Amino acid sequence: MSKTLFVLVRNPLSLIGLMLVALVVFSAVFADFIVPFPEHQGAVVDFLNFNKAPEWPYIFGTDLVGRDLFTRIIYAYRVSLILGIVVLAIAVPVGVAIGLAAGYLGGWTEYVLMRITDVFLSIPPLVLAMSMMGLLEPTLTNGMIAVTAMWWPWYTRLVYNLARSEKEEGYVLAAEVIGASRLHIMFREILPNCVPSILTKMTLDFGFVILIASSLSFLGLGVQPPTPDLGSMVAEGAKYLPDSWWLTVFPGLAILIAVFGFNLIGDALREILGVDQ
Amino acid sequence: MFPVLHLLAKKLGTSLIVLFGVSLLIFAIARIIPGDPARIALGPNATAEAVEALRVRLHLDAPFIEQYGYFIGNLLRGDLGISLYTNRPVTADIAQFLPATLELVIVSGIMMVLLGVPLGVLSARFRGTVVDHVIRLITLLGVSAPGFVWAVILMLVFAYYLPIFPIAGRIADSFTIAPVTGFLLLDTLLAGRPDAFVDALSHLILPAFALALSGIGQAARLVRSNMVETYDKPYIEMAQAYGFPEKRISRKYAFRPSMIPSLTIIGLDFAAMLGNAFLIEAVYAWPGLSRYGVAVVLRKDLNAIIGTVLIISAMFLIVNLVVDLLVSVINPKIRLARGKA
Repeated sequence: MSKTLFVLVRNPLSLIGLMLVALVVFSAVFADFIVPFPEHQGAVVDFLNFNKAPEWPYIFGTDLVGRDLFTRIIYAYRVSLILGIVVLAIAVPVGVAIGLAAGYLGGWTEYVLMRITDVFLSIPPLVLAMSMMGLLEPTLTNGMIAVTAMWWPWYTRLVYNLARSEKEEGYVLAAEVIGASRLHIMFREILPNCVPSILTKMTLDFGFVILIASSLSFLGLGVQPPTPDLGSMVAEGAKYLPDSWWLTVFPGLAILIAVFGFNLIGDALREILGVDQ
Repeated sequence: MFPVLHLLAKKLGTSLIVLFGVSLLIFAIARIIPGDPARIALGPNATAEAVEALRVRLHLDAPFIEQYGYFIGNLLRGDLGISLYTNRPVTADIAQFLPATLELVIVSGIMMVLLGVPLGVLSARFRGTVVDHVIRLITLLGVSAPGFVWAVILMLVFAYYLPIFPIAGRIADSFTIAPVTGFLLLDTLLAGRPDAFVDALSHLILPAFALALSGIGQAARLVRSNMVETYDKPYIEMAQAYGFPEKRISRKYAFRPSMIPSLTIIGLDFAAMLGNAFLIEAVYAWPGLSRYGVAVVLRKDLNAIIGTVLIISAMFLIVNLVVDLLVSVINPKIRLARGKA
């Protein structure tokens, strides 16, 4: 573990990634102490300062009702990170358990579970989340449900392929010979060997969950105003291009920075842990 | 060719089962949700009798399995029901909007392969050098932002600040091209209007590139990592020991085996574009399936939502079948395995 961290810090690219992610997480956690206008995260109107180009104290400019864009971006990070944590906290265990069962047990279990997974995988992620979001009410909780529903199958597929090759390994056969239970073999023997791949994918996915969630809200199917959200900020600002460019460019760059950071770390982890795509 | 056909038949069977599953899934989601579709369709001012009549007409009063039976029966006859939003058959709506989306996605897919694959090859051939680092950084940036962010940035730079491309739409209003295929690039040529073709193409380039960016990044990264792995194989070392030119090794011995695992994932990326096209279309006011899709989703227009999702999934499965076919043609293990498959 500490060796992995050491390698991560030594590689300049992953060090940048670590710093970007640390910056995003830090600003989201301590948002209340960093932002100049904490009250601007909600429904505040300040028509004296609306639609201002970046200038002190509004370093990213202000939006159409005079709220500080910098403040709203930082709070939007907070929403995105919570969403990412919740989605992965549900999708990963579910997907991993199904993948282990399908890969190790085989037979009909495998056929049925993997065809169900295929069904979810054959609807483009955004379309599936979109139709669920449209049918449910667009709230943060439902956004999490919709994104989770499209996310678990990717872990099922990953773990399924790993489990299928692991189950031929000597240590699994040995455990079978001494009469270990199937549950023991799945979760105590095979699972630990899948952890590097799962962790790598989770790091990469943290960025992609943020990306998909912002895409949903960009289409008006995500978090609703006045909750700050990077996707809806871009959508709102796109109507006022090119004059009020800051309304779209800064939230857009904010998404890019966060996802880029997670990707840099994930990429480096993949190489250090020797994980295939 | 026999094993290839056998494999194709098997894949086709699986695809049909999966498509059936998709229909069941999306139908179930649409029926489980709270709210009465008939009431939503008619609005809050409709009388209770009118709502009840629509419920009976849509079979909403029947049990779930029976409703699904009606749905599948109609589906097999090519009937996806009436859109409660446009009041037209869903199939007619989709037929009208789908070609624009397909045109965008196909051009993006071509860009993804033509730019992404060579970038990956280049990166792998010069692995560890500056070329490799630069390509990896650029491709990583490409996948790190959603399509709509790139769409907005490209639009800002190449349509507003440097007015090279038109800002939005599919073709200038001054052209009236009779729709034959629905693909404007083809229709303009069929109509014998090269000026209109150029105009349609210039409208297409920015959105297609914005849509392709993340795919280009994915493809390049994938090809690179698969090729780097192939470069470690003993037969490459042997070829190098024989003193074969680096170009020949890269093309003949490293590239082809690497394309087999890469192609499958590129197929998946292509399918993801069908979804991401929704974002791009919103930015460039592209008159495709997206605006229709978002509109029907926001209005809870069940028939139209089910129809749109089904069509997109069917496209996805078709793309995957084509990719599987390509892989089996490239892969001699499958192509030459006579009688064994």
